[in-house]
Amino acid sequence: MFDFYFDLPLWFRLVLQGTIVILVLFPLAAACSMAERKISAWIQGRPGPNRTIPPFLAWIPGINIIRNLGLFQLAADGGKFTFKEDPVPGNVNKFYFILAPILAMIPALSTISFVPFGAYFKTLADGTRELTPIILANTDVGLLAVFAVSSLGVYALILAGWASNSKYPFLGGVRASAQLISYELSMTLSILPIFLWINAPGGEGTLSLFNVVQTQSQVGFLGGMWYIFLMPVSALVFLVALFAETNRQPFDMPESESDLVGGFHTEYGAFKWSLFFVAEYAHMIVGSGIFCLLFLGGWNPLPWVSLADLVNFGAGFLPIIAAPLVMGLLAITLFLLKVGFFIFFFMWVRWTLPRFRYDQVMNLGWKKLLPLSIANLIFYAVAIAVKDLYFPNL
Amino acid sequence: MPTDYAFPDSAAKAAAATEAPEFQTEKMSLAMGPSHPSTHGVLRLSLELDGEMVTKCDPVLGYLHRGDEKIAENMTYNQFVPYTDRLDYLAPLANNAAYAIAVEKLANLTVPPRCQAIRVITSEMARISAHLLGLGAYGIDVGAWSVFLYTFTEREKLYKLFEELTGARFTTSYSRIGGLARDVPEGWNANVDAFCDQFLPILEEILKLLTRNKIFMDRTIGVGVISKEDAISYGLTGPNLRGSGVDFDLRKAKPYSGYEQHDFDIPVGSKGDCYDRYLCRGEEMRQSVRIIKQAIKTFPGGDWYAKDAVRIFAPRKDKVLTSMEELINNFMIVTEGPQMPAGEVYFEAENPKGALGFFIVSKGGGVPYRMKIRGPSFCNLSILPKVCQGNLVSDVVSILGSLDFVMGECDR
Repeated sequence: MFDFYFDLPLWFRLVLQGTIVILVLFPLAAACSMAERKISAWIQGRPGPNRTIPPFLAWIPGINIIRNLGLFQLAADGGKFTFKEDPVPGNVNKFYFILAPILAMIPALSTISFVPFGAYFKTLADGTRELTPIILANTDVGLLAVFAVSSLGVYALILAGWASNSKYPFLGGVRASAQLISYELSMTLSILPIFLWINAPGGEGTLSLFNVVQTQSQVGFLGGMWYIFLMPVSALVFLVALFAETNRQPFDMPESESDLVGGFHTEYGAFKWSLFFVAEYAHMIVGSGIFCLLFLGGWNPLPWVSLADLVNFGAGFLPIIAAPLVMGLLAITLFLLKVGFFIFFFMWVRWTLPRFRYDQVMNLGWKKLLPLSIANLIFYAVAIAVKDLYFPNL
Repeated sequence: MPTDYAFPDSAAKAAAATEAPEFQTEKMSLAMGPSHPSTHGVLRLSLELDGEMVTKCDPVLGYLHRGDEKIAENMTYNQFVPYTDRLDYLAPLANNAAYAIAVEKLANLTVPPRCQAIRVITSEMARISAHLLGLGAYGIDVGAWSVFLYTFTEREKLYKLFEELTGARFTTSYSRIGGLARDVPEGWNANVDAFCDQFLPILEEILKLLTRNKIFMDRTIGVGVISKEDAISYGLTGPNLRGSGVDFDLRKAKPYSGYEQHDFDIPVGSKGDCYDRYLCRGEEMRQSVRIIKQAIKTFPGGDWYAKDAVRIFAPRKDKVLTSMEELINNFMIVTEGPQMPAGEVYFEAENPKGALGFFIVSKGGGVPYRMKIRGPSFCNLSILPKVCQGNLVSDVVSILGSLDFVMGECDR
């Protein structure tokens, strides 16, 4: 059906795929801002934005549902941010001031290329079927590339804080650099046990996120187990570090609007400000996605139930399920559901908990999370060695 | 171009710089306010920072100065009542009552028990309303947004009751010298009682979000500690004084308006940090509910204004239109003001923010010769330079929120 697509040149396909993913991710991140407003409203017992509607659409029956969801408000906000005057304050370093929001968007959007968000059965030339990830760049360095690119995001905050030539953004930028760098350590250390586990001697040796999901979809008790059950401490440390890395409450030191006004983006407005805003949500989406892939079995519906098995089973009754398009959409839906839950969790925490103080964030990162993740790493390294030596068949 | 300005302490600065040059970092001055999300109005703190550490804190006041004290000299006693709304604009009913009681003390006038009871109920409602806002704003200061919305839902119910009573939600102007603007409407007491009943569980729910919250405790415990001695010597009053462990409440120490008839406890802190001040406010709201419920239970009948004070409290409208003497009195009170004897008086009432005092000098007639207002927020803020020093910028926000000031009353 889509064979003509594979006849297109590779570079064209890649550009097309990349554009499509970005065109999905960018509005999705923007939609998160509306979700944030709606969820905060729900938590605080108020309706949230529910009034905006274009007059020429008001006659459509049932359109009030969309109006109450605030989707038109989202469009209005987007329009406002795009078209309003975009001032650059005097005395700022113009080049870096404009560069900062762009630098914020680039890592936020490009990390998605290493994140698989589904899988489908591809029929090979010899008739066998192979589970193939839906991913822009299925590289072996997978997660390493994600970390490498996403850690560039801190430059945006530092540059924004520095280039603004104002005191509150400056403090915000300083806080951002210290916080992001210190939590990256525990974040990386916390997921090492997973790769020790799947790259144990005899394994194939890869950092690909697709393989992480594959190792959670095997048969057997340990084979089908999600890593959140196998390595709960890793999951906890990773989740906390994820909060800090995405600058979400209770770790939103760089912003902390009650003491630093707006933190690093105090001097920004209009489209440049919204780029920071969307970048934060894009980071959240990608971060939640990685958490789901690492610890929650990616697109597998339940622990010990892998999607591939389920589709093979279902295809016995309804062959269309195994079709690449149907299965791919099914996998993406399951994956997005899990990601959506985490986005909700991020917002739930944001509107419930107070904010840490800057030195408390540092204490938590260096004195609690880092030793915990190191101890966790050593524990699993020993445990995996013991398992390989004495219980190789477990 | 090199600057050749000579600062008076440049020699001292240079000496300090040569002493330990490797540890000398440039200090940063940071203007926090007057438009800043956490300075609750128009307070400006001129901070000197070493990194994020505050080395010096200078409160700059006066951005909201309106000259209320001078204004008072140019109008009759009753005409000043609306200005008291704008002192602590979070508890206008309490200000109204405090001002009226002060002037009545000047006239040596006692109001009937019903009037006293209404003033107690309204003052305590105002206290709940003010503490709720303080609590919500404190929540925002430390980053817990939802608390603010929850407290505002409750304040909305209170405002509805205020509107039923006074016709205004915010600027109530309810007191008159020698009485009130009007009696309580029918069924209003029952409504207040119903509010109290549903309010207590909600208050517990709101406080539960913060009281044992680890992050909130980290942010407040041991931060901004004010010792007992400091609290007294800086003239702190209200929950800020009691948070430091001083058991002093004007409602108990110098009862007025019939507070002595009511049974309530004064919460007192132990350490004097932000957390203690927060706990004190929470408990005061529970005690206010207790007072309101007692006052409603023993709500007296009879007059709601001092009937014998014919030269002070304007007669009822129906009398004015039918009787010559009342018409003359009404005319005189409206044009000349309530007739006061010559003398001086000072009265303090326990307002939500602390002791709101009125010092009135009268030379007779209907206009004060001089009025001095003691704004509790003003005195409470005087401790800021001492408390903020050595804390982080985020702590300053936490301290400001726990001092719970209102600039309207601070600058007057």
